[in-house]
Amino acid sequence: MTSPETGAEAGATTVSRAEYCVIACADAWRDDGEVLASPMGLIPSVGARLAKRTFSPDLLLTDGEATLIGLDGEAEGWLPYRQHLAMVSGGKRHVMMGASQLDRFGNQNISCIGDWARPDRQLLGVRGAPVNTLNNPVSYWVPRHSRRVFVEKVDMISGVGYDSAAAAGPSATRYHRLPRVVTNLAVLDFETPDHAMRLASVHPGVTVEEVREATGFRLALPRGGEVPFTREPTAEELRLIREVVDPKGTREREVPSV
Amino acid sequence: MTMTDRNRTTTDKTMTPDEVVARLRSGMTVGIGGWGSRRKPMALVRALLRSDVTDLTVVSYGGPDVGLLAAAGKIRKLVAAFVTLDSIPLEPNFRAARQQGTVEMEEVDEAMFMWGLHAAANRLPFLPVRAGIGSDVMRVNPRLRTVTSPYEDGETFVAMPALRLDAALVHVNRADRHGNGQYLGPDPYFDDLFCEAADAAYVSCERLVDGFGSDVVPQSLLIKRYAVTGVVETPNGAHFTSCVPDHDRDEAFQKLYATTPWPEFAARFLPPGGDEKQYQSAVQAWHEEQK
Repeated sequence: MTSPETGAEAGATTVSRAEYCVIACADAWRDDGEVLASPMGLIPSVGARLAKRTFSPDLLLTDGEATLIGLDGEAEGWLPYRQHLAMVSGGKRHVMMGASQLDRFGNQNISCIGDWARPDRQLLGVRGAPVNTLNNPVSYWVPRHSRRVFVEKVDMISGVGYDSAAAAGPSATRYHRLPRVVTNLAVLDFETPDHAMRLASVHPGVTVEEVREATGFRLALPRGGEVPFTREPTAEELRLIREVVDPKGTREREVPSV
Repeated sequence: MTMTDRNRTTTDKTMTPDEVVARLRSGMTVGIGGWGSRRKPMALVRALLRSDVTDLTVVSYGGPDVGLLAAAGKIRKLVAAFVTLDSIPLEPNFRAARQQGTVEMEEVDEAMFMWGLHAAANRLPFLPVRAGIGSDVMRVNPRLRTVTSPYEDGETFVAMPALRLDAALVHVNRADRHGNGQYLGPDPYFDDLFCEAADAAYVSCERLVDGFGSDVVPQSLLIKRYAVTGVVETPNGAHFTSCVPDHDRDEAFQKLYATTPWPEFAARFLPPGGDEKQYQSAVQAWHEEQK
């Protein structure tokens, strides 16, 4: 466990909140091997590229369209939507999706707010969330942790949570896995006996109480009740984030430092 | 073989956007190719907007095609996994239609949608897919059933019903007069499947060609003429969606579309009695004003 007093291994420079988020996102793809990292959102994109540059060199990345690219942007493959969907079904992918609503068992909603038949706010639609969650690991990125997002019950289950998968049976649970949820405040996972969401770590500068306050349901805590801080970036990781992967500092716009 | 010889043996399918729309009827199920705000057959959609055809079931990886048709009251029912303008995540006219309850929706997942097209193209009633179960798609889409594997695994899957279409509208970079279509961008999307899933398919193109030449990359020849009823040359016909490499998305105009109340937008760019040429001139005039 690291405490804020020890500071970043990187030394003098203070690690920003956005950089802790990048590290927490990158770690989602640790030990994934040769799979497609599909980051949705800016900080997950920085995280995926950092992971590939450091501890997960075999990851595949896309240019956001139909080309698989290496770290320098050179093409190494073709991945149009139809093949992308096959990669999902084949399980060779770990996506980090967004969520308009997320509940205690990881059910996610991006379709609409309110009654589906006549929504208060129509959003995107379920997109590929149903197929993603039943076939390849799905993590989530929430840039603004709040009670509006972390709700007791989502209005429209787009991405399937643990309880819904269990209720739907073996075909739903067979390849279902939600490794982690990263927010601007914390890292959450489902490492509890009933797969209820657990506060795995808080980013340095954030208190457990702050996360609880911003969550619309009761969060499980690690065994013993002590919540660690999100890990510090190494000096090399910090250098890569700042000088190579995101030199323009776009990450700071998605999660401003407090 | 000379051009004349070729024309003697193969049907010339060229037509105008209005001739395409004249073949559509109210109540039909119409599939629209492209993806989000990319390579949409917008000239054909605009022709549809100017017609009397209404009460449509639209099947689409939705973009502004859905927004425009919904705003004009042409859609009774939408079959889709999403509707987006890509660089602008939410489609305002689609949102308004859903929130006002003016469009019925059959919501499916992206992969389920693809398998529905595959089923239709293969003349199958359904295809099994590991998607949908456990999600609320099953709750809000009562047409969906499940099927049990007849093999040892005995697993349960969603039986995605075929998305058979009365007509398909797609847009590609190049096409010949016989209905062969070529895409030059990075992604074919599902346009060939839309054509094969339809009883009649209409392909609009940026440029009509006499042939594709001996140096053609054959993989780019996405759409086969046997699956095509009509070919329409519509330069800039995907506007304001992207049709790379011929043209990018017109981001400024898309923003205008997304922020202008529909009656105002329609009055300026899609007035009664107008045509595609008038639309393109109005867009050009608007861009001139912005300079």
